[in-house]
Amino acid sequence: MTATTGSRILAALAEVRDPELDEPITTLGFVASASLDSDGTASVHLRLPTYFCAPNFAYLMVADAYDSVSALDEVRRAEVVLDDHFAADAINDGVAARAGFAHSFSGEAVGELDELRANFLGKSVLAGTDVVCRPLVAAGATPADLAAATLGDLPRSAALDRLRRRRRELGLPSGDSSPLLLSSDGSPLEEDAVPLHLRKARLTRTSLDANTSICRGMLRHRYDTDGIGESS
Amino acid sequence: MYEKDGQKYFVVDSHMHYWNAGPDNWVPGAEQYAKGWIECFHAYQGLGPESTHWPIEKFMSYTEDDLMKDVFQDGYVDIAIFQPTYLTEWYKEGFNTTEKNAALGAKHPGKFIANTRWDPRDGDDGLKKLAENVDRYGSIGVKLYTAEWNNGSRGWTLKDPAAYRYLEKCQELGIRNIHVHKGPTIWPLDKDAFDVSDVDHAATDFPELNFIVEHVGLPRIEDFCFMATQEPNVYAGLSVVIGGLMHARPRFFAKVMGELLFWVGEDKMTFGSDYGIWEPKWQIEGFVDWDYPGEEFDDYPRVTVATKKKILGLNAAKLYGIEVPEEYRLGAGEGAPAARDDAVGVNPGSPAASLG
Repeated sequence: MTATTGSRILAALAEVRDPELDEPITTLGFVASASLDSDGTASVHLRLPTYFCAPNFAYLMVADAYDSVSALDEVRRAEVVLDDHFAADAINDGVAARAGFAHSFSGEAVGELDELRANFLGKSVLAGTDVVCRPLVAAGATPADLAAATLGDLPRSAALDRLRRRRRELGLPSGDSSPLLLSSDGSPLEEDAVPLHLRKARLTRTSLDANTSICRGMLRHRYDTDGIGESS
Repeated sequence: MYEKDGQKYFVVDSHMHYWNAGPDNWVPGAEQYAKGWIECFHAYQGLGPESTHWPIEKFMSYTEDDLMKDVFQDGYVDIAIFQPTYLTEWYKEGFNTTEKNAALGAKHPGKFIANTRWDPRDGDDGLKKLAENVDRYGSIGVKLYTAEWNNGSRGWTLKDPAAYRYLEKCQELGIRNIHVHKGPTIWPLDKDAFDVSDVDHAATDFPELNFIVEHVGLPRIEDFCFMATQEPNVYAGLSVVIGGLMHARPRFFAKVMGELLFWVGEDKMTFGSDYGIWEPKWQIEGFVDWDYPGEEFDDYPRVTVATKKKILGLNAAKLYGIEVPEEYRLGAGEGAPAARDDAVGVNPGSPAASLG
């Protein structure tokens, strides 16, 4: 595997996020290994913080990794294997057969995971709203200012780009003229609803961050080596 | 009891265990689950201070002597509340049953309260068993696992009519405290297993019962808090919050505590060590010494000695009717432990109306 190909596989895996933590699986340390054979077979091993991590989220990550790596031109076949997990066989076989989640867990699950994914994207939007608004509040912005602000009013930043992407993924308006603050149904937020909305946004971000920190601690306890792409 | 800087703290450990997870108790054919489960618990212990880590062999099968020393002799606990966890599909005699807990309690009168459990899918037999356990062990609390797998059923919710029959039975039998596990779980597979909305319904319909949400819905603290603010009889069980975050991630711990104090309030938060995952000693010492680590936390509610006294013991003592000696009680003007009206959404002067 050439260095270029290796970095392309890594880049493809960096596009895959833990839908619950909203971080790339690479930086979370979930990629145990990634390689490409001369015949075009990509082989990826994933690992998670515990043997009992929720299988629905695990399935989404394995399936997304499969799709992302398979999309590379130089990859003819992809093998994505989840290691050390109680449902590894069902997940690995299901993803390899492109069977869908409900079929992979026949009798134990009735639905696919789109709703779950959308629910967590909504949490990401709320948490991202806190990241973007906190400096504005610190600089003296009032609820009226924030209710009137559009995305285009804010200075460009990585956090704002990320918030726009998450909103786009969820089908929410993300252009320059879109309101900065949206209620859960996508309508603009009234001024008097701003304080509680921001409190909820901060709480959601705190929850996500705390959850991520526990997952990192558990992974470190379980594996004493860095994942591929973890330190970048 | 714990004493620091002239203050005396009465300690109720409202969430702890006495389990046997050794290979001798594994169900043949389910060994990988039994082993995986206890290894997962063991990884949580890794989030505490290194000097308190145990080898996995001890962690699987700690003894009565270990427990009495860690919890009472070294751990400052006055009263400990056993929360059972059955998991009989993986562990032959169960992981941590009412019977095993109560047998230990019987040897140490006055030290333990033995909670029991129920599962609405057990039907009439389960109702009978519940009445027997209350009669035999004097239980006034239960621990429930809504996400538990049971004969092909993918979990249940507190909204189910079958669950309402059990909640009615609880009231009839004098059970007051419903501890609901809303924390790390496995099933149901295709939904968000951490959903807390069912507690909302049950808490509204059973106002005489107290609902203590253990692990505060981690990893869905936000859903828990939004729900808890609307229900005066919903409490935050801090097991995992102190043990899992205070040492390993102090800044996140401060934020989580700040949020809980804001949304739920100090009268409605209860300490639980989650022993044998974590020993109570370092958690109690650390929590009594704890404060926010800097100015950026200034718009969270302040933490006082009274706050800590309530959380470490007085709130749970009130919920369980435990007599607290005079010297540990709060002074005049320091609030009422376990008071039901101390949450954002049920307080008319809601602080959520300002940017803080």
